[in-house]
Amino acid sequence: MQTEVSNKLEQSLDGLEIVFKKPETLTNTPFHYCPGCGHSVVHRLLMEVVDEMKIQDKTIGVAPVGCSVFAYDYMNIDMQEAAHGRASAVATGIKRMLPDRFVFSYQGDGDLAAIGTAETIHTVNRGENILMIFINNAIYGMTGGQMAPTTLLGQITSTSPYGRNEKLIGYPIKITELISQLPGAYYVTRQSVHSPSAVRKLKKAIEKSFEYQKLNRGTSFIEVVSNCPSGWKMTPVESNKWLEENMFPTYPLGDIKVPKN
Amino acid sequence: MEHNNNSGEEARIMKGNEALAEAAIRAKIDGYFGYPITPQSEVLEYLTAEMPKRGGVVLQAESEVAAINMIYGAAGAGGRVITSSSSPGISLMQEGISYIASAQLPCLIVNVNRGGPGLGTIQPSQGDYFQAVKGGGHGDYHLIVLAPASVQEMADFVFDGFRLAEKYRNPAMILADGALGQMMEKVILPKEGSLPKIEKTWATVGKPATRERNIITSLFIEPEKMEGINFQLQEKYKKMMDEVRFEEIALEDAEIALVAYGLSARVCQKTVDLAREKGIKAGLLRPITLFPFPSEAISKLADKVNFILDVEMNAGQMVEDVKLAVNGKKPVYFKGRMGGVIPSPEEVLGELENIIEKVNVNQD
Repeated sequence: MQTEVSNKLEQSLDGLEIVFKKPETLTNTPFHYCPGCGHSVVHRLLMEVVDEMKIQDKTIGVAPVGCSVFAYDYMNIDMQEAAHGRASAVATGIKRMLPDRFVFSYQGDGDLAAIGTAETIHTVNRGENILMIFINNAIYGMTGGQMAPTTLLGQITSTSPYGRNEKLIGYPIKITELISQLPGAYYVTRQSVHSPSAVRKLKKAIEKSFEYQKLNRGTSFIEVVSNCPSGWKMTPVESNKWLEENMFPTYPLGDIKVPKN
Repeated sequence: MEHNNNSGEEARIMKGNEALAEAAIRAKIDGYFGYPITPQSEVLEYLTAEMPKRGGVVLQAESEVAAINMIYGAAGAGGRVITSSSSPGISLMQEGISYIASAQLPCLIVNVNRGGPGLGTIQPSQGDYFQAVKGGGHGDYHLIVLAPASVQEMADFVFDGFRLAEKYRNPAMILADGALGQMMEKVILPKEGSLPKIEKTWATVGKPATRERNIITSLFIEPEKMEGINFQLQEKYKKMMDEVRFEEIALEDAEIALVAYGLSARVCQKTVDLAREKGIKAGLLRPITLFPFPSEAISKLADKVNFILDVEMNAGQMVEDVKLAVNGKKPVYFKGRMGGVIPSPEEVLGELENIIEKVNVNQD
């Protein structure tokens, strides 16, 4: 069906130049993500970079537990599905077996910064030569909007119905700043996908990370501050506005650690 | 069928843990991922010293949880990989082992069993039989479980374990105990490189244009699909019945049979000698594969003997499988010591004599 539609589309474009299309390494499976969710944009950017670097045959991804548990349905590359919290340990196992391949892990906030904190810290501390993608939307999306380690103070979720109270449950964890202190972290940055310019910046960061991996430089770590319209109970537009006003003060965008030249 | 790996080398005296580690190098492992815990830390120590010189990856993980997930990743990437731990550490690995069983990844897991429950003791125990043989983690699955009873078998079963794991795309476990890990015995080490590597077309090594992408996963969200995977696993476990292995000692004319595995079988071997000296016609059946279990052999044995005494270093775990195999045909008795205590051959003989006396009284 998909192919038929795109064939017809291409015929109707006869004589015109195609300037924007789906990356080859994205499958034809439609994304299951909620309207406005950042996951599909990040998936797409990853595969755009894999396409452009022509490394489909050398790239292995590790999918997490959470909304992006089915990441391997969309990315047309070899992939492994990890247990909750363990993506970076699984990625370590893959990379140690196949040091010349490009390996990335993809995790959400509960996965990477709560249940998988030990794996996250020690993977970076070993300077595993991989890319770790960290999607931070301050909520457990897939299980229905529970409080995450990154949930903001006062933020209402299904398990913080009176708002996150630091006296009871502590502060939103800034895991990205935390791991940036480790010598194994080579490139640490915080990006987002809430606007076209932010999307372009994230793509640059992904490109850099893969280049560094080629050069065997250590761990690249990209936090993507993202939204969760369903979990936050907002429209996509409202969620992006909320993100700018509420998430960015706690999670400011920009590079946190860059290679010294 | 056991792997013929006789290297023709001279015998050496080695610790069980070290013989196992050396055998792993000779089995040409691509990687070892582990975490220190008594009484098996020598495996990690030996490999961190030897593998940098002889090739392969050795990595001390931050926890057993991380180690087993590194095994998942590395096995999924096509590596021949092994981890080892002892009881509490193996408990920590159970989630990962369940994922590995479901994703059908071949690998070898070594449990040098110590006394429990809880933090327990560092002394030898067989308290993890249920955990090893019945699955251990969540869901319907089995490991292939090999139970060595000597340092020689600690080495040999590394080869047998990998061969079976790779044949069935299933995790295999060597279920030893603290005594087998720590004791020194004569061992003839298997020949380096005598276990051929097989092609793993399913491994995630990077997708070439010529094939569909490979996905390693244990997630099958549609119930019918998940049931399909379960049927596939159960079919595989049935096929594994061809791999049953056990040893029979002095059973030809035996009137009484002992059933014991691993270190308990070593104890019972001596008990058989002591019993024979006293004119008691005792013999021993030693299961070598705990899964698949030698049920048929034990059922046939029950036809021949007056009763069976099952001996274990736990509160009575394998005895349940023995009773299922015997299916009420003959009485099955149990003798066990727990918490790191090893029964003496004399103690087992005493139990045997008590039972004989009881049986005779009942018959009179």
